[in-house]
Amino acid sequence: MLKVENLGVRYGAVAAVRDLSLSVGQGELVALLGPNGAGKSSTINALTGLVAPSAGRIVLDGQDISRVRTEDRIRAGLTSTPEGRRIFANLTVGENLRLGAATRRDPKGVRQDMERFLALFPVLSERYAQAAGTLSGGEQQMLAIARSLMSRPKLLLLDEPSLGLAPKIVVRIFDFIGQLKAEGLTLLVVEQNARQALRFADRVYVMSSGVLRFDGPPSGLADEHGLLNLYIGG
Amino acid sequence: MDYALQQLLNALAFGAEYSLVALGLAVVFSIMGLVNFAHGEIIGVSAYSVFLAAALGLTSPIVAVLLAIAAAALAAIAFERVAFRPVRYAPTTTGLLTAFGVSIVVQNLFMLLISPKPQSVSILNGLNQMWFFGPFAVSSLQVMELIVSGLTILALVLFLNRSTLGLAIRAASRDFATVRLMGIRANRVIATAFAVSGALAGIAAVFIMARRGSVSPDLGFSLVLKAFVACVIGGFGSLPGAAVGGMLLGFIEVGLLVVLPQEYGGFKDALTYVIIVALLVYRPEGLLGQRVELGDKEI
Ligand SMILES: Nc1ncnc2c1ncn2[C@@H]1O[C@H](COP(=O)(O)OP(=O)(O)O)[C@@H](O)[C@H]1O
Ligand SMILES: [Mg+2]
Repeated sequence: MLKVENLGVRYGAVAAVRDLSLSVGQGELVALLGPNGAGKSSTINALTGLVAPSAGRIVLDGQDISRVRTEDRIRAGLTSTPEGRRIFANLTVGENLRLGAATRRDPKGVRQDMERFLALFPVLSERYAQAAGTLSGGEQQMLAIARSLMSRPKLLLLDEPSLGLAPKIVVRIFDFIGQLKAEGLTLLVVEQNARQALRFADRVYVMSSGVLRFDGPPSGLADEHGLLNLYIGG
Repeated sequence: MDYALQQLLNALAFGAEYSLVALGLAVVFSIMGLVNFAHGEIIGVSAYSVFLAAALGLTSPIVAVLLAIAAAALAAIAFERVAFRPVRYAPTTTGLLTAFGVSIVVQNLFMLLISPKPQSVSILNGLNQMWFFGPFAVSSLQVMELIVSGLTILALVLFLNRSTLGLAIRAASRDFATVRLMGIRANRVIATAFAVSGALAGIAAVFIMARRGSVSPDLGFSLVLKAFVACVIGGFGSLPGAAVGGMLLGFIEVGLLVVLPQEYGGFKDALTYVIIVALLVYRPEGLLGQRVELGDKEI
C-alpha cells in the first residue's frame, strides 16, 4: 500500500532523515520506533507532505505522491494523527469531528461515523458541544484519532499516540488501535513506547539519528535484545 | 435629550463602521498573521468601481451597493493571489511591507488612472437623509450603519460557526498545518478569509460614499489606521475583540468631543490615544485577546 524509497528530510544543514526506505502492506500494522530526535516525526510529515523531502520517492497504491499536495494526499486516503494530538482547542468536540470529515460528500455516512465514535467514546458524546481544549490529554488523543478516522482513510499514520499520557490511558489507546487493525485498517504507528507499539505490530522498523537500524518482525527485535536497549531503552 | 440621543447615535454609527473594518483586518490576521494595511485600498477599489459604474450610466443604488461589495471581495481575493500568496511563508515583516507596497501602488493607480482630486459620487446620496421620529431628527445613514453592521456581524458569526469553511477559518487561526491534514485546501481557506474581509470593507465603502458623496485615492487609509487601533484595543486577531474594540473607539472619540470644551476639541485624537495606552498598560493583550497558547494541554 505504501512504499517509501530512499527518503531524505533536511532542515537547512540538519539532515533529520537519511536514505530511509520502508513499506506498509495492505492491512498491516507497522511500528516505527526510535528515541527522541530520531527523525520519526520528520518521516511522518514528509509522508503527509507537510515538510518537503529533500530526496526519495513516496508511493501510495502504485502512485508516486511525492509531489502531491498535503490536501490531495488526504483525499487519496492517507492521513495522520499528528504528534501532540493538535486538536482544534478553540472548536467544540463536534466541530473537530466535522472538520475531520471535510473531504467527504456523503452526509449520511458522516453522520453514521460520527455516531459510531460518540458511542465508542462516551466522553466525546458528553462533551460534544464543549471546547475541545477542555478535554484531558487522553480524551484529546481519542478525539484526534476519531477526527482522523472521520475522513475514512485507507492508511492511518499515528505519531506517538502515547505521548504525555498516563500508562492506563496508553493501554486503552492501543486497545483501540488494535481494534482498528482488526477491522482491516492499515496503520503505521510511530512510538517511543516499544512495549505498547509491539502489541499489535506485524513488522517493526527502528531508526535513530535519521537512519534505519532494524527492519523485521517484532520477534527479531526481542532476539536482538540489545537493539531495544540501545535505541529505545525499554 | 435630543443632543444626548444624537451623540449616542453618532458613537454607535462610528463604532459600527470601525468594527466592520476592524473585523476585516482581524479575519485575515487571525489566520495569516498578516496586518493587511492594504485593506483601505480594498475600500478604495470598491468605491472607485461604483464611481466608474455611475460614470458609465449606472443609476440604481441597489446595484451600486451590490457592486461595491462584490468589487471589494474580488479585490481582496486578487490582492491575496497576486501579492500575498508569494510571501505567505515569509517572515511577518515581509507581509507587512508587502501590504504597504500594495497600498501605495493602488493609491497611485487611482491618482494616475482617475485623478488625485476627490471625485463626486452621488448615486448613494439617497441613503443619507433625515428621518423624523416625533420631535427627534436622526440621520438615516447612521441608523442603517448600525442595523447593517449588526446584521453583518450576525451573519459572520453564523458563517464562522456553521459552515465547514467557517470552522476551518477558526481552526486555521490556531493551527493551519492541521487544517490541511483534514484535507481542507489552504488556498481555499485563505481566499475565503480574504473574500469575507473584502465584503466587510465593501459595506464600509458604501457608508463612506453615502456620507461623503465623493471618492478620493486615500479614501480608506485613515479608516484602516483607526481599525488597526480598534484591533489593538480588542486584542489583535480576536474577532469579538475587533468588534468590541471598534465600538469602544467610536464611543471614546464621540465621548471626548462631548465632554471636551470647544476650544480643546483639537486634543481629541491625542486624548483618545492616551486612553488607549492606559488601557493597554492595564491589559497588554487587549480587552479580549489571549496570550498565545502554544501546544495543547497535557493531562
Ligand atoms: N522544524 C524543524 N526545524 C529544524 N530542525 C528540526 C525541525 N523539526 C525537527 N528537527 C530536527 O530534526 C531531527 C529529527 O526530529 P523529529 O523528526 O522530530 O524526531 P522524532 O520525531 O523522532 O523525535 C531532530 O534533530 C530535530 O531537532
Ligand atoms: Mg516526534
